[in-house]
Amino acid sequence: MIYGIGILKGLGVTLKHFIESYIEDVRYLFEGGRYQPRHLPARQGPRARGIFTVQYPKEKLPLPENFRYIPFLVYDTQENKIKCTSCGICAKVCPPQCIWIVRGTDPSTGRPRPEPEAFYIDATICMSCGFCAEFCPFDAIKMDHDYELSSYERYESLLFDLPRLLKPDTYHAQIHPSDWARELAEKEAEKAKKREKAAARA
Amino acid sequence: MTAPAKAKAAPLAELKGDLAVLKEKFGDAVQPAEYEGVVIANGVLVEAARFIRDELGYQYLSSLTAVDYIQEGYFEVVYHAYRLEGGGPLVFKARTPRGVATIPSLVSVWPGADFQEREAWDLMGIRFAGHPNLKRILLWEGFHGHPLRKDWKEPYYEEEHKPFSSRWPSGHHIRAEDRVFWHDNVQYPLDWDPDQAEDTSDEWLYIGMGQFARAETGERVEPKSLRTERLVVNMGPQHPSTHGVFRMVVTLDGETIVRLEPVMGYLHRNHEKIGERNMYLQNMPYTDRLDYICSMSNNLGYAIAVEKLLGIKPPERAEYLRVIMAEFTRIVNHLWAIGFLLNDLGAFFTPALYAIEERELILDLFEEAAGSRMMCNYMRFGGVAYDVSDDWIARAKELVYNRLPRAIEELDRYLTHNELIQSRCQGVGVLPPDLAVAYSTAGPVLRASGIPYDVRRAEPYSIYDRFDFDVAVRYNGDVYDRYLIRIDEMWQSLRILRQALEQIPRGEIQAGKKQYMMRVPAGQAYGRVENPKGELGFYLVSDGSPNPYRYHIRAPSFINLTALNEMCKGHKVADVVVILGSIDIVLGEVDR
Repeated sequence: MIYGIGILKGLGVTLKHFIESYIEDVRYLFEGGRYQPRHLPARQGPRARGIFTVQYPKEKLPLPENFRYIPFLVYDTQENKIKCTSCGICAKVCPPQCIWIVRGTDPSTGRPRPEPEAFYIDATICMSCGFCAEFCPFDAIKMDHDYELSSYERYESLLFDLPRLLKPDTYHAQIHPSDWARELAEKEAEKAKKREKAAARA
Repeated sequence: MTAPAKAKAAPLAELKGDLAVLKEKFGDAVQPAEYEGVVIANGVLVEAARFIRDELGYQYLSSLTAVDYIQEGYFEVVYHAYRLEGGGPLVFKARTPRGVATIPSLVSVWPGADFQEREAWDLMGIRFAGHPNLKRILLWEGFHGHPLRKDWKEPYYEEEHKPFSSRWPSGHHIRAEDRVFWHDNVQYPLDWDPDQAEDTSDEWLYIGMGQFARAETGERVEPKSLRTERLVVNMGPQHPSTHGVFRMVVTLDGETIVRLEPVMGYLHRNHEKIGERNMYLQNMPYTDRLDYICSMSNNLGYAIAVEKLLGIKPPERAEYLRVIMAEFTRIVNHLWAIGFLLNDLGAFFTPALYAIEERELILDLFEEAAGSRMMCNYMRFGGVAYDVSDDWIARAKELVYNRLPRAIEELDRYLTHNELIQSRCQGVGVLPPDLAVAYSTAGPVLRASGIPYDVRRAEPYSIYDRFDFDVAVRYNGDVYDRYLIRIDEMWQSLRILRQALEQIPRGEIQAGKKQYMMRVPAGQAYGRVENPKGELGFYLVSDGSPNPYRYHIRAPSFINLTALNEMCKGHKVADVVVILGSIDIVLGEVDR
């Protein structure tokens, strides 16, 4: 056994990677260049070879639907209201306790009203665990896909209040298509049930 | 909300098996405990421990921790010892009144108790009589109080338990900093004067080390020809080789290491105190942040411990998903460990990036299934959070059948026979099998020293008893074997993954209804899993309320470090970096 064979074999692996990256480049050259968005799944897929990096922020990886980052509140655009009923389950389940809710009260009667008066999420504390969205019984709070939140200041701009948290349900439908489909189906089923009940009563 | 009165169960009626033998041997000094195990009188504790180790054969002390029973007025130290052939634990406990707080040290029986006893002293304030070097380990010398005591409160203290009542229904946001007069995360003792304060941590540290160095000079052969001087070198806390903020104080004789003392706690956040404030479910995302490379298997360990208390079992599909995620995590971790071991050896980042490339593909799968690449928060009590699609399974199969075997094979070809690696790693940092057991090391470190101990086989959890796999074992106990065993284990993980991905049934993924605030029956449970870095254990004490009464983590990285001094002694200072890399620690777990 000659000393150094192992090193040479190992360097062969490096050489293979080195050459492969050029072969891939040449191959992509005929398909409009490696940084075409349509090549991204292949370049990041299980058969990818050559250079593996993504040119962030010029190109961004597609996010799976389940991806979760800082919650937002859903605004029902059809009924023109905030879906949240300020029941407080999200504030209770939140592990770092970063959700603060002021429950709405009816000014005339003084009784609780199913809408939050104020809603804060302290994004500096939020750990993006997704429990609030998971345990919300009204599908009113969902996890966002917007992960570019850097700011010049640590406190005010990262304390999200109600206007900052509200996003239309069309946005929710766009980033969570299958979750939205489930919601619609549930709504439909509920309506059908009501109709049945009404029919039975009549 | 005040803590509910702790309803204590009656002691076990009769002792069976080895506990009965223990009772027979020591008579009234051994009394049955509640829920499990026996309480041993402090007077015979060391003798009984030696009996348990030598006569009963429980050679491996897995976990040592303390519980503060404030209402009953005593501390309880809980020991879990295991047989290397496998099987359940022998649980024994020792008690001491809160005012006395002294218990005989077991370091003379199990050197692996060293760091764990120091941790119990640091956080719980229990003195271990006879401990050779009893000083704080995670906090600094001079810290006021012992935080895990139930009457200790943190600066940002709000309430005993979450959920905090200030959040809802009238939750006007208050910054945590504004709760404290100093607008900072500090609290000062009443009689404390900052002008008089002196930091004596280092002094204590060097005194502690000096004792050892003196004791060792007797055995050491002094070189005659060359006069060398003792030198103390601090590696870290800011050092690229320490994998985080970790400090090693090395006493050198010339270039040779005489003694090494790990100093940790720079990332300490008192995870266990946070855990006791949290509700059970709220701890799940916190476990992600222990060993942040392996969040999936941390989740699994915690879920299993709580499920033991709840007495529920997840449905089949969830069990398979758990195993698939845990084994993918093992591959992720071992790739990472090998990549960065090579970094420590000086092969700057080329091997690491080859390994990370494969890791990225697995993380893509995690992201799709759990929603996050690293902080997965995927397991729930009695199931998993989300189901995976058929497409996911197909892509996982593609990885397991094609991509990963090729990648591991390539890594093997790239590194294993490299003469430079061999000469740097072979015979370096040797940990003999008897010491590996005595120091309570776990995982690849233990198995590379010739002890085929794997929790997946020794005490199968989840559905590991169904799969066909071998416990990888290597016999030299050096850095090279710790590298090789990681390659071996990746092959075994692929074997398990192939079986699991083929057999996974359809169906439910959650047993019963998911609850965010459930009452866990009163009891004690120790759940342990074979994490990629070693045995991860969760010791839970429940008093029947929605929050754990005690939440302790047996962190494999932390306890594996107990043996670091032993591994480094006699080697050159350049080897320390490699030896530390071969243990594979993550500071999130070491410091907790």
